[in-house]
Amino acid sequence: MLAVNGLSYAYPGGAALRFPDFALAAGETAVVAGPSGSGKSTLLMLIAGLLTPATGDVQVAGRQLSEHRGAAGDALRGQLMGVVLQSFRLLGHLSVVENVVTAQFFAGRRPDRAQARAVLASLDIADLAERRPDALSRGQLQRAAIARAVVNRPPLLLADEPTSSLDDDAAEAVLALLTDVSGRLNAGLLVATHDSRVKARFSRIVELRQSAEGAP
Amino acid sequence: MTLLSLALAGLRDNRLSHLLSVLMLGIGLGTVTLLLLFSGTLADRLGRDARDIDLVVGAKGSPLQLVLSTVFQADIPTGNIPLAEAEALAANRQVRLAVQLALGDAVGAFRIVGTSPAYLTLYDAHLADGRLWQKPMEAVLGASAAARLRLKPGDSFVGAHGLQGEGHLHADHPYVVTGILAESGTVLDRLVLTAVDSVWEVHEHHHHHDADHDDDDDGDGDGDAERAGREVTAVLIQYASPVAAISLPRHINLETPMQAASPGFEIARIYSLVGVGLDAFRALAASLILTSGLSVFVALYERLRARRYDLAVMRLLGASRRQLLVTILLEGVLLAGAGAAFGLLLGHAGVLALHHLLPAGHAFAVVSSAWRVEEWLVPALAAAVGLVASIIPALAAYRCDVSAALAGAEV
Repeated sequence: MLAVNGLSYAYPGGAALRFPDFALAAGETAVVAGPSGSGKSTLLMLIAGLLTPATGDVQVAGRQLSEHRGAAGDALRGQLMGVVLQSFRLLGHLSVVENVVTAQFFAGRRPDRAQARAVLASLDIADLAERRPDALSRGQLQRAAIARAVVNRPPLLLADEPTSSLDDDAAEAVLALLTDVSGRLNAGLLVATHDSRVKARFSRIVELRQSAEGAP
Repeated sequence: MTLLSLALAGLRDNRLSHLLSVLMLGIGLGTVTLLLLFSGTLADRLGRDARDIDLVVGAKGSPLQLVLSTVFQADIPTGNIPLAEAEALAANRQVRLAVQLALGDAVGAFRIVGTSPAYLTLYDAHLADGRLWQKPMEAVLGASAAARLRLKPGDSFVGAHGLQGEGHLHADHPYVVTGILAESGTVLDRLVLTAVDSVWEVHEHHHHHDADHDDDDDGDGDGDAERAGREVTAVLIQYASPVAAISLPRHINLETPMQAASPGFEIARIYSLVGVGLDAFRALAASLILTSGLSVFVALYERLRARRYDLAVMRLLGASRRQLLVTILLEGVLLAGAGAAFGLLLGHAGVLALHHLLPAGHAFAVVSSAWRVEEWLVPALAAAVGLVASIIPALAAYRCDVSAALAGAEV
């Protein structure tokens, strides 16, 4: 499902970062752990094909995103992975259901409002479809962001610090939700975090220890 | 969902600042529209009214005033010329057509012009209703004059002394309407036409009212002695040959008590006089459009900074660089389109307002609010402003570094 081999990245400043090899099977979950500056976000960007590796490659569902340049690669990213970001960033000028439809649209699929609503219903937020993100509670935002990530039924889910600034109950709720939907989709789930509560919940952990000079 | 609907949603998001941009752009483009309508109609009108008139001969004075007062019916005449001189002109071999005009009275805001049917042939004018005048005190009305005065064939009206219809009424000399002209888009639309004899009849009566003048109702029956003292205001002339353009004006100006003025030459002078005003208007419109373009740019660019994270999220969702570029360009073009629509409406509404504010016979009231071909310039200008204002924000969106944008907002 996901295979990372010999991957390294060179920052524009010159500092380089090497990542350990690892693989994730369908339905498998793992945590990418490490302190700030260890390259967790950089790894996610490399997997998403939004940064170009210096060496090595990333394969998602047998396809190498770095080989697909331009618009085709962009749409492929939309199809192959769903991303949940810290603080769940929805597009503020669109309603919840429009946010979900946007993910269909940019993945190169035909926008399907009915399917988007069905996904919202499966996450128990069907009644929030027409709301603006700023009218949602944190828990509702989480569900909306997850709905947007899974609407294209991607083989891989990426989550970047989904629990930061959440209390224990909320953190547990979002992790339970993520593992639940990835299980339902039989998708790989990779969670990047420095939160020890997350590490404690997952059996597979990819540790990033080194810190690159000049790395963000 | 399309890029268009995304662009529209983006515009809705910041609607106050975008509304302001549209307003500013609309006012700038409205000024351009007004200018196009104004200068276009003016050019049409000046050209059409003077098209087939080579020379105007009237009393000495300002040649511009002579042309304005007789060709465009927009100023007071320089004076009168003796009928005998006018008739001598008509007999000149260099003259193909000579049309006498006798001014002096008006009905409402519309001038009563004593003339001959040849005046109508100058403009290819046709009757829409009724017949031409055949004897004194019969009148044919131009289309606008008839509509405003609510007169139809068989009705009668009285003229008032003076060209604005502000003088005392010639109540004892009523005119009978015999015909209405079809709209010709020329000066004729605003005139009341009658025989020159009618004007003489009204005024001889008027001038000799207190004297022991025997009222002569039959204008045709005048003897030579009586004709000798008669005058007309001007004669419109068509040359028999191009050579006449050289010799005839010279002859008239040097050897007669009259002056000859060329409408073409005087139109050029009008342009040089009005041109300064039009240039000032153009500069105003240009600065308004420039400012509004800047405001569109600032609105899009400011929002782009606030939206960097959103753009990065869209990239994560699978948006290509080009899709982001097109979305921002669309926002600029949509704003410009709204500005163009608003500007065109504003310009045309401005002309309609002008019509309400100005008296019916006013020379500027001829500016038409009808759509003109040149108005394509307005949306074209708007599109250019929209593209130029959005190209830098759009390129910034195109180049947006997703990982830096996400990291930057994650503080």
